[in-house]
Amino acid sequence: MKISLSSKVPFKKAMTSFSNPLNTIKTLIAATSLVATSISFGANAELGYPEKEELKFGFIKLTDMAPIAIAYENGYFEDEGLYVTIEAQANWKVLLDGVIDGRLDGAHMLAGQPIAATIGYGTKAEIITPFSMDLNGNAITVSNEIWKEMKPNIPKMADGRPVHPIKADALKPVVEKYMDAGKPFNMGMVFPVSTHNYELRYWLAAGGIHPGFYAPHKGDTSGKIDAQALLSVTPPPQMPATLEAGTIYGYCVGEPWNQQAVFKGIGVPVVTDYEIWKNNPEKVFGITKAFAEKYPNTTIRLTRALIRAAMWLDEKSNVNRPAAVKILSQSNYVGADYEVIANSMTGTFEYEKGDVREVPDFNVFFRYNATYPYYSDAIWYLTQMRRWGQISDEQTDAWYAEVAKKVYRPDIYMAAVKSLIEEKMVPASEFSDLQGEDGYREPQTHFIDNIVYDGKKPNEYINKFTIGLKAKDKI
Amino acid sequence: MSSLIAQLITRKNESVIKAQLPPFVIHFFKTVTLPTIGILVFLLFWTVGANNIDTSLGKFPGPVQVMTQVGNLYNEHVESRAKESAFYERQDNRNQARLAKDPNYQAKTRTYTGRETFVDQIFTSLITVLSGFLVAAVIAIPLGIAIGLSKSLNTAVNPIIQIFKPVSPLAWLPLVTMVVSAVYTSTDPMFAKSFIVSMITVTLCCIWPMVINTSVGVASLNSDWVNVSKVLRLPALTHIQKIVLPASIPAIFTGMRLSLGIAWMVLIAAEMLAQNPGLGKFVWDEFQNGSSDSLSRIMTAVIVIGLIGFLLDRTMLQLQRVLSWDKTTEVR
Repeated sequence: MKISLSSKVPFKKAMTSFSNPLNTIKTLIAATSLVATSISFGANAELGYPEKEELKFGFIKLTDMAPIAIAYENGYFEDEGLYVTIEAQANWKVLLDGVIDGRLDGAHMLAGQPIAATIGYGTKAEIITPFSMDLNGNAITVSNEIWKEMKPNIPKMADGRPVHPIKADALKPVVEKYMDAGKPFNMGMVFPVSTHNYELRYWLAAGGIHPGFYAPHKGDTSGKIDAQALLSVTPPPQMPATLEAGTIYGYCVGEPWNQQAVFKGIGVPVVTDYEIWKNNPEKVFGITKAFAEKYPNTTIRLTRALIRAAMWLDEKSNVNRPAAVKILSQSNYVGADYEVIANSMTGTFEYEKGDVREVPDFNVFFRYNATYPYYSDAIWYLTQMRRWGQISDEQTDAWYAEVAKKVYRPDIYMAAVKSLIEEKMVPASEFSDLQGEDGYREPQTHFIDNIVYDGKKPNEYINKFTIGLKAKDKI
Repeated sequence: MSSLIAQLITRKNESVIKAQLPPFVIHFFKTVTLPTIGILVFLLFWTVGANNIDTSLGKFPGPVQVMTQVGNLYNEHVESRAKESAFYERQDNRNQARLAKDPNYQAKTRTYTGRETFVDQIFTSLITVLSGFLVAAVIAIPLGIAIGLSKSLNTAVNPIIQIFKPVSPLAWLPLVTMVVSAVYTSTDPMFAKSFIVSMITVTLCCIWPMVINTSVGVASLNSDWVNVSKVLRLPALTHIQKIVLPASIPAIFTGMRLSLGIAWMVLIAAEMLAQNPGLGKFVWDEFQNGSSDSLSRIMTAVIVIGLIGFLLDRTMLQLQRVLSWDKTTEVR
């Protein structure tokens, strides 16, 4: 399996073929030419052949797995000499375990997964990410009954449609009613360290609804301490069915599962994560640190293929999106109907049935440096883990930065970009603003509660929230 | 009492028909017409029922939708094959190009990385169930014979068999998965882990009925034959080969048929649960997709699973007929 430039192969070959003088000469010639090529490779620092050519990547049926599907279908993986098998996974836990135990070489992951694995929340493992897969792409959907009760609390525009963004303030009276009646207000999210969990919590807390604390040091990982809304885990594709069954009253999930609820008439998406935090980082591509160290060329090459796929997806203001939707609607990828996937992927989003609004940046794969793994993005997830108690103890700002550096690997990303530019496979202009990037986005505004986030000051940020643990708090 | 009357009536009717029609017509009526009527009535109920069930994924699929999907699935298979040959062609070119640059490269043809079509999934499931079944037979039949021949061994092993027999192999599945991933480690494995896991699960559910039936068959050997063997002073192996095996073949096959039927059912469930390739995964994937075609595709799979189960059973039956010494007993 391990081929290419490793010096062991010709040596072994030489040893075994010494019996035949002709073979020996051939091997010697081959070995010499090999040494020559490897030297020239070293001198030019040109990217070598992949060490591992057959790879298996996992994904969850969500539209934001698109870069992987496109890199495969458009032959970008093959251009790098990689033969990739793509396999849908049952849920995020199975997917993560697959990457950790080596069944999968890499996967479409929730941004929180590599971070949580590295700090040892859940399964401890060193997972890194050289590539951030997309921005935005999630929404919060509530069931029809809840929507009916919420709607009177929402201000209307002149044409009678609700004013956006809809805040959780409108949901608060409903939750209180349920609490008074002694009924638990259950909502679904996809994984304890998922973007969706943090976004749903952010939205609820911004509207004064307490989503509950975790206390892993006391063995409590259900995240329901002091909760007004009880959040539980449901795999994305099963969200609509669970909502329909009445087990949960609302959920936060990626596409197409919010649009699916509209199409099936079982729920109403109330807010997209674009409105909760404009251009928030969403999925990442995760591999183990061991994989990246053992197969450095493979790592760079797969990153190159994914970058090209992301560029294709966002090319000329989404001109390729319909083609991408067609691919995603194949049953081996996302598999939902074309119309359902197209709704969000092509720049619109249907809220209440018939209330279709323009959200051109609902799914961003490349614009706004979406693919660059920013340290500040990792730190935001860490602040939310701290805010909700998944990180039990106070941590220094330096600790946050250090964890982010361990997990997010812009060095690999930039190596991939550099070699793509050198081989003239992408125009340098696309990456001009990444020159001298330090890995921290400028302090970000555009949160639904107008709180500003500065990745360099995580503790200060945590202290700004009304609901949630402060930097020094411990449950 | 009432059943007696019913019997009398049917007999009477039959005799009336017999009196009027030539025998080949009656035979035709029994073997072709009756099943056809049964199927038609079923299709009718299915169509009417399906039209009246509304789900959030649209109407429940009827026979027409299923037929359309059969066509679609076949077309997808053909398309996928075309993609596959294109894949190999590109790979060849790439290997050639690299060999030209890098003569030491040991070009290797990698298997197609595209999706498994419905047809592929059928074969995956079939191969898995048959391999698991064969492994089980290799273990269970000798074990069953040993237990059947020796009362003390039977007494010793029986409690264990009785405890494990009622356990659904699906309960074993998590344990099997973990053990296989811990034990079966190789950089270039001959079989995929998922295949091994499914196969072992099938084996686990096949073993018990086979052991029990074989041992019962062996234990209830006609004592005259055992005595003959004793008189002739047959050596142990010859005794097993000439007397025990032929005599217990009907019982062994009953066990095998029973276990193959269970194995097929369990395999589909195991594939769904463990996401291992096969028809079970196909069903689960379609369920997850939630597209407007999903239900009809699942229904197609359901029918195919049933047909294959039926064919497997018939095959075992034919084998049993061929191998059994006692051609007089009717097996069905």
